[in-house]
Amino acid sequence: MHRQTLAALSRGLAERRHSSVELTRHFLDRIAAHDPGLNSFITVTTESALTSAAEADKRRSAGEAGPLLGLPLAHKDIFCTTGVRTSCGSRMLDNFVSPYESAVTARLAAAGMVMLGKTNMDEFAMGSSNETSFYGPVKNPWDTTRVPGGSSGGSAAAVAARLAPAATGTDTGGSIRQPAALCNLTGIKPTYGRVSRWGMIAYASSLDQGGPMAQTAEDCALLLSAMSGHDPRDSTSLAEPVPDYTATLGDGLQGLRIGLPKQFFGAGLDAGTERCVREAIAVLEKLGARVIDVDLPNLDLSVPAYYVIAPAEASSNLSRYDGVRFGHRCANPQDLTDLYERSRSEGFGAEVKRRILVGTYALSAGYYDAYYLKAQQVRRLIRDDFVRAFRDVDVIAGPVSPTTAFRLGEKTSDPLAMYLADIYTLAVNLAGVPGMSVPCGFDGGLPVGLQLIGNYFSEGKLLNVAHRYQQETGWHTRIPEAYA
Amino acid sequence: MALTESDVEKIAHLARLSVTERERAEVTARLTSILGMVDRLQAVDTAGVEPLAHPLDATQPLRADLVTETDRRDDYQRVAPAVENGLFLVPKVIE
Repeated sequence: MHRQTLAALSRGLAERRHSSVELTRHFLDRIAAHDPGLNSFITVTTESALTSAAEADKRRSAGEAGPLLGLPLAHKDIFCTTGVRTSCGSRMLDNFVSPYESAVTARLAAAGMVMLGKTNMDEFAMGSSNETSFYGPVKNPWDTTRVPGGSSGGSAAAVAARLAPAATGTDTGGSIRQPAALCNLTGIKPTYGRVSRWGMIAYASSLDQGGPMAQTAEDCALLLSAMSGHDPRDSTSLAEPVPDYTATLGDGLQGLRIGLPKQFFGAGLDAGTERCVREAIAVLEKLGARVIDVDLPNLDLSVPAYYVIAPAEASSNLSRYDGVRFGHRCANPQDLTDLYERSRSEGFGAEVKRRILVGTYALSAGYYDAYYLKAQQVRRLIRDDFVRAFRDVDVIAGPVSPTTAFRLGEKTSDPLAMYLADIYTLAVNLAGVPGMSVPCGFDGGLPVGLQLIGNYFSEGKLLNVAHRYQQETGWHTRIPEAYA
Repeated sequence: MALTESDVEKIAHLARLSVTERERAEVTARLTSILGMVDRLQAVDTAGVEPLAHPLDATQPLRADLVTETDRRDDYQRVAPAVENGLFLVPKVIE
């Protein structure tokens, strides 16, 4: 059963070939058998999963027939889930049992989906390798000496090893797309504001966006249709209507204009990755697409702009962890300052502290204009590059990550090298446009992802292009041998 | 720009983080290298460019000033480290 997509499992439920309880048990058994070697879950919710599965089976017997009813999935441990520990990968929230439910998990639960558990992640979503987690690194199922990517590394590894048929992720600077690329999954970061951030623990609020990570574009379409929509509790949530993303998956690609920015194919891009990406673009051309050169002249400024804006917002967002209302509190505080400083210093890991310090500096008196305002101005230049490019093309294509999965520990001693590897993903968040990762080949036995970027609210188009590509290719169907 | 260890101490205090003496040199070096990378922004001509805070330039929506939240104090205080009679406990602030 675990070799099937969500869409196939959904048909199986509709045709009574399996029940939700059977499906859920199967995946829980796989988690018990395989996760000790991967560390992709922080919490497995066995009991509540079986209860929700029985509930879904009952709803189906009563005549309900939604496409997601009774399908299991895993949630990134950044989404608050009532009565279940929501750690965000941090010691700070190791004891935090959420008193409320995030919009994303509530929507998927209402559609009848069954939560298998909460997946591992970089601490507070700050990282690109899942090595900053308080709960230890996640291993890449394609090669357990390598990273799965991050920050949604647990979600990526769990789905790649088929311990869950799909998972949720969040993407602030590439955290859905890069782990999807490194683990051979299909993942989409929607337009900023498309998916409610309510109950999704904040890292950098003007960049954070939730989205699905799954085996196919079709599965992403099913999930995104259910996750999206206006939410008055999130002041940046947009009121645009949500189309049925599955309805346009099969549209033809005749005349589709694909933009190739030269900045995506310059120095630093691994030759094997470039070969796979170019072959994928050739497949799209065969399907009727036309390739056009576009220019994103400020792309290389996305790294410095991001590493001012994201830490600045993080330093503000993470000031809520004060050891008073929830989260970790140090033992025997001497006074209030000691309570704050020791609780925070014990609760946060090194990378989180680093970003808080950078952000605090960028926002402090005398530096605010030079760093934060400057970065926001550059952000507009980057955004305008995309607006201009999308006058001439329908989608932009390129790599997700400059290399395939790197080795565990390879970049932990040099945070800057890790930051620079985010070069192809950060600009998408700064501009707020949607972007996705689609499996497009292997280099040295490791998966490579094709990035597709669209104009605001063009998720349907991206999923359509990815789906048609997946009708022609089989990369996305590959499963690492040890987990087949 | 290069930070000094006393700059780091000041920033850490603003962020209510303590950086131990043992960590100070390393943290200073790491922050200096990050700020060095970020300093590339200074060379960009941004004269007349409006800062972008929200990618869609959206403004904050307004709603009617009505009470919509229910009282869930007990639920929220269940996750607090120390409470008494509905109050959060902290070390003595006023002598």
